[in-house]
Amino acid sequence: MTHREVVACFPHIANYAYAFKYLFENGFEVKYLIPPPITKNTLELGSKYSPDYVCVPFKYCMGCYLEALDLGANCLMQIYGGCRLNYYGELNDCILHDMGYKFEFFDMAAVDWHSPKSIFENFRIINPEMSIAKIVKAAPVTLKIIKMLDKFEDFIRHNVGFEVNDGEFDRTYKEFLKKLENLSDGKELKKLGKTYWKKLNGIKLNKPAKTIKVGFIGDYYTVQEPFSNYFMEKELAKFGMEVYRQMNLTSTLINKEHRKSQKTAKKYAKFNLGATANCTVAEAIKFAKEGCAGIIQVKSFGCTPEIDAMPILQNVSRDFNIPVLHFSFDSQTSETGIKTRLEAFYDMVEARSGK
Amino acid sequence: MKIGIPRALLYYKNEKFWTTFFDEIGAEYIVSPETNKEILTRGENISIDETCLPTKLLLGHIDWLIDKCDYIFIPRVAFHRGYEMCTKFLAQTDLVCNTFRDRNIKTLFYNVYDKKYNRERKAVKKMGKFLGVKRSRIKYAYTTAKQAQQYFEMFREQHQQKVLEESGKIKILLVAHAYNVGDKYVGEPVLGTLKSLGCEPIIAEYMNEAKCIRASLEVSKTMPWAYNRHLLGAIELLKDEVDGVILLTTFPCGTDSMVNELIVRKYKELPIITLTVDSQDGTAGMETRLESFVDIIQLKKERA
Ligand code: SF4
Repeated sequence: MTHREVVACFPHIANYAYAFKYLFENGFEVKYLIPPPITKNTLELGSKYSPDYVCVPFKYCMGCYLEALDLGANCLMQIYGGCRLNYYGELNDCILHDMGYKFEFFDMAAVDWHSPKSIFENFRIINPEMSIAKIVKAAPVTLKIIKMLDKFEDFIRHNVGFEVNDGEFDRTYKEFLKKLENLSDGKELKKLGKTYWKKLNGIKLNKPAKTIKVGFIGDYYTVQEPFSNYFMEKELAKFGMEVYRQMNLTSTLINKEHRKSQKTAKKYAKFNLGATANCTVAEAIKFAKEGCAGIIQVKSFGCTPEIDAMPILQNVSRDFNIPVLHFSFDSQTSETGIKTRLEAFYDMVEARSGK
Repeated sequence: MKIGIPRALLYYKNEKFWTTFFDEIGAEYIVSPETNKEILTRGENISIDETCLPTKLLLGHIDWLIDKCDYIFIPRVAFHRGYEMCTKFLAQTDLVCNTFRDRNIKTLFYNVYDKKYNRERKAVKKMGKFLGVKRSRIKYAYTTAKQAQQYFEMFREQHQQKVLEESGKIKILLVAHAYNVGDKYVGEPVLGTLKSLGCEPIIAEYMNEAKCIRASLEVSKTMPWAYNRHLLGAIELLKDEVDGVILLTTFPCGTDSMVNELIVRKYKELPIITLTVDSQDGTAGMETRLESFVDIIQLKKERA
């Protein structure tokens, strides 16, 4: 059912490629390429063709695009947001074209969302003969996939540190993702969801009644894309901690949590600080109130809104008497440094939880 | 009641506007001095490491002001001429309040939070009311202040235009945010070096903002930031009239990190050099780099 061999692709963020794939193949009726999983190579490649001081998610995007182009992608897409992300698309497009690649670029920042004409014209880049009816039909299923991914991952986050057989969660979840790749409709999704929810719940745990909880916050990309935070959630779980995170597509896109966040953060930040910074502050407050023993903020180096959130987080830390640890990542962050700091963090929160 | 105005960030865009406004409503105010070693060090010490230098300087200037006035003036501006501002300008009020929380500072501010064309006027009105000034007086002060800023900019631009037409020296376009060009620690050393090398510095910031933003649309469709568009447009308008371009940026500037890349790609035929200033090394090493940059331009000119 593909049209004029368009091969569309978004850069990776977490596991959402599976949801996008459904939307583009069933809604827009074009092929969707899930880019190869991010590796060190992706980042190296991306960094090589990115400006030096741009925030690191840009470099990941560049790397993903380059790998996808080599695999035949010809319609690259980019989202927009409340910070430098608003300018990602144009610069991605410009650099890749300068390198001599041939492709179409669908830049959501170029769309005037108040004008139906502009929306229509821009979406035609993806498929000039797209059928609105099909897209409307595919959209709810797409949202359901997103919700399911987030629900499963939340469950894993809370429990993976306590699995009896190492790697069981990982294996089960990967199996689920594999099946998602060739999903045909909403019905199948429902069935799949049921089966795997059961499977995940059936995994043997050795979980004490009282666990050490840690809140995980940070910029939109770094907190959600495990590769870019050096799989920190996994590392934390290895210490036997229960990881809490609010930031995901369900909370931002579907539940619109950021509106509530503005309010929660009000005592510390009266105004919008840009991008996800207010969410970061609100989440920290929420996790502190909910009994987390510590909070970890991850962000890409130089992320302006998250930097401005840091002095605020330090105040939250003082008021709620909760340690907050900050991590900044660029393309040359050392893994050992992270491990050492995490160990020290664990020792501290463990001591504080009076175990 | 005394108002303290930090000589940082937006001050360099609105100097005449603000000072005239406060003069007209009869408010007493002080402006912090030019950046000095002490202000820089204080700013550096109270800031998060990764903060861009101009924001560190803002905090340094506020620190200087704290015990010398009753209210500190920290406007918040999210949009300018229909375009976005760097997120630092959205966050600065909250950033300041959180950084100096224990020192009980009182802030005076106005908030331009959306794109509406009269938002600034309304915001200033609100501030005037807060200060207990009569409405008619605010209105008059606002108009006068706006005019003062306008004339100041117009005069500045005309003067530069004259230099552009008449000077026989090598002309170097200095592309940098207003608060970088004007700062004693950031812009001044560069301007000084250029002059000592016998060049005529042309300042992108001095070009008419509206005209520049319009010109920038030819080069970039989606660039979100008003200030960067202003600078980009200046290059577009002057590309045939200057001999070289300096992109002077402060570390780590979010918007410049991307815009400068675009500039280098779009103006391949123009000699361009990027200078980055941070809080540690300042403009160290800059002189030698500028010297060879100017040498190359000189050679090119002689050959042509
Ligand atoms: S534009 Fe750059 S230098 Fe200016 S406030 Fe923003 S990050 Fe700092």
